[in-house]
Amino acid sequence: MKGNEVLAEAAIRCGCDGYFGYPITPQSEVMEMLMFREPWNETGMKVLQAESEVAAINMLYGAAATGKKVLTSSSSPGISLMAEGISYIAGAELPCLVINVQRGGPGLGTIQPSQADYSQAVKGGGHGDYKMIVLAPSSVQEMNDFVDLAFELAFKYRNPAMILTDGAIGQMMEKVELSDYKKRWTNEEVIDKWGSWATTGKPSSRERNVITSLELDSEKMEANNQRFQKKYRQMEAEEQRYETFQIEDAEYVLVAFGTSARVCQKSVEIAREKGLKVGLLRPISLFPFPKNIIGELAPKVKGFLSVEMNAGQMVEDIKLAVHEAGCTRRVEFFGRMGGIIPAPGEVVDALEQNFLKE
Amino acid sequence: MDVKEIIKPENQVYGKTELLTDNVMHYCPGCTHGVVHKLMAELIDEMGLQEKAIGVAPVGCAVFAYNYIDIDWQEAAHGRAPAVATGIVRINPEKFVFTYQGDGDLASIGAAEIIHACNRGENILVVFINNGIYGMTGGQMAPTTLEKMVTSTTPCGRDTALNGYPLKMTDLVAQLPGTSYVTRQSAQSAPAVRKCKRALKKGIKNVLDKKGTSFVEVVSTCNSGWKMTPVKANEWMEENMFPFYPLGDMKDSEKDKPVSNN
Repeated sequence: MKGNEVLAEAAIRCGCDGYFGYPITPQSEVMEMLMFREPWNETGMKVLQAESEVAAINMLYGAAATGKKVLTSSSSPGISLMAEGISYIAGAELPCLVINVQRGGPGLGTIQPSQADYSQAVKGGGHGDYKMIVLAPSSVQEMNDFVDLAFELAFKYRNPAMILTDGAIGQMMEKVELSDYKKRWTNEEVIDKWGSWATTGKPSSRERNVITSLELDSEKMEANNQRFQKKYRQMEAEEQRYETFQIEDAEYVLVAFGTSARVCQKSVEIAREKGLKVGLLRPISLFPFPKNIIGELAPKVKGFLSVEMNAGQMVEDIKLAVHEAGCTRRVEFFGRMGGIIPAPGEVVDALEQNFLKE
Repeated sequence: MDVKEIIKPENQVYGKTELLTDNVMHYCPGCTHGVVHKLMAELIDEMGLQEKAIGVAPVGCAVFAYNYIDIDWQEAAHGRAPAVATGIVRINPEKFVFTYQGDGDLASIGAAEIIHACNRGENILVVFINNGIYGMTGGQMAPTTLEKMVTSTTPCGRDTALNGYPLKMTDLVAQLPGTSYVTRQSAQSAPAVRKCKRALKKGIKNVLDKKGTSFVEVVSTCNSGWKMTPVKANEWMEENMFPFYPLGDMKDSEKDKPVSNN
């Protein structure tokens, strides 16, 4: 199945209650698939095509406030339009899933795959001090698996989660093992789980629930900010996810996520054939960034090469992680932009150029 | 006579609904918001809807509406209340969802969201407070500001060559097939308040009957923004606002509309 279609199928199967979206290349198949599947007849999941990304994210904000499982998907320019809404959702501490099937920018840019929204995704994206949980699938199988995982984490932390993928994985066809169906939560289950904060309708037995990000009292607002930051620190402590490939004896480590990580797996093989001891670290959670493993690897290796489909964004986080580990290993960058996926050989050339040439 | 002797059930001529909280309202004396809040609280109470009702508050003077009516609330981003309400009601169609919006929120930054929510016939009530000015930010021009009306951003009066024309949102949404009841009311006198309450009640009833969007505009005063006393503001509204924004029902489709099966 196609990556984008799998996102839709996974949403239906994981007991999602609603999807709100707006068409944009290269992710339109998500909503097309949902509308084709008519999940409202099957599981009761609602699907709505909004008039804009701005409306879609605010519909998501309203729906998420009711304590149910809801998601949207878009691509880079659309995510920029949603950034304000995501900030409100983070400020009101609501769980939901936002999927970004990235294309190249800035502006309208290109409809070809890109990873140029890394910083936007992991540093916040909208206004104010907030973070999203960001997961980066590198296969169609992970497009399936991460939908459920993202919801699990979003509800664990009452925070928006993002799946940050790109046009290549969105359009790619691979074999996939779909998840089993989970039942949607009933209204009673939602009240039982999230009745303390969700807009489930006020019974006389509890205070009214107000979903807002507004607090004009500075002392109280700072306390809110501190609570958010504590939550983000907890994510950093508990949710760092990554995968390694041939890392055990590696002298040089390629660091790459999503599509670039697929490329780099081949690059490792090419480098190994040349006798170079190269391994791959694939961050799966981009926030929290898997800095602990980088800190562990740093003293053992000669250097890191960050491989990205952008001008060098994740490389900053690798440098920070190495620095925080008290190391001085070299961290270099290789990337392609404009919607170009780097070739495996190019990566090996860049590695040799940076680390092995006098 | 001691006060305690007066406070007896047989002497009571008026009681505040329990759905109106005891929080002191932040509205200026003379503001219409307080009256419309009271009407909504009374209706939700009288119609037994506390557990069904979810309000969506705007950005503007009514941003703190959630402090005054004792139901579940959500505070929307500026202008996005109809989208937020759409999200709530699509996922929970059994709820009574309403937005409460001012003219800057609804007619300016949120023009797209209100048009499309009404055009989809979202099963919500929209309460639209139109006082022709931005109250909270200190009296700037709104899309609804009358021609030649003085505001802080039209110090010489609204010049249509520069600022365009006042926008009649209620007339616009009445054209859309998704709306079932569209009316323009006011709340400056006892009869007007009673009429306004009847209109809001009809809107709520339509939502409960799943007839699509009901839209109740309340032509209002902003005596602070207009820089008038409350009494003078009411007079000015009657003389200037009512001719441009005439009161009355614009649409009242009794026929049952099919509800979205989505």
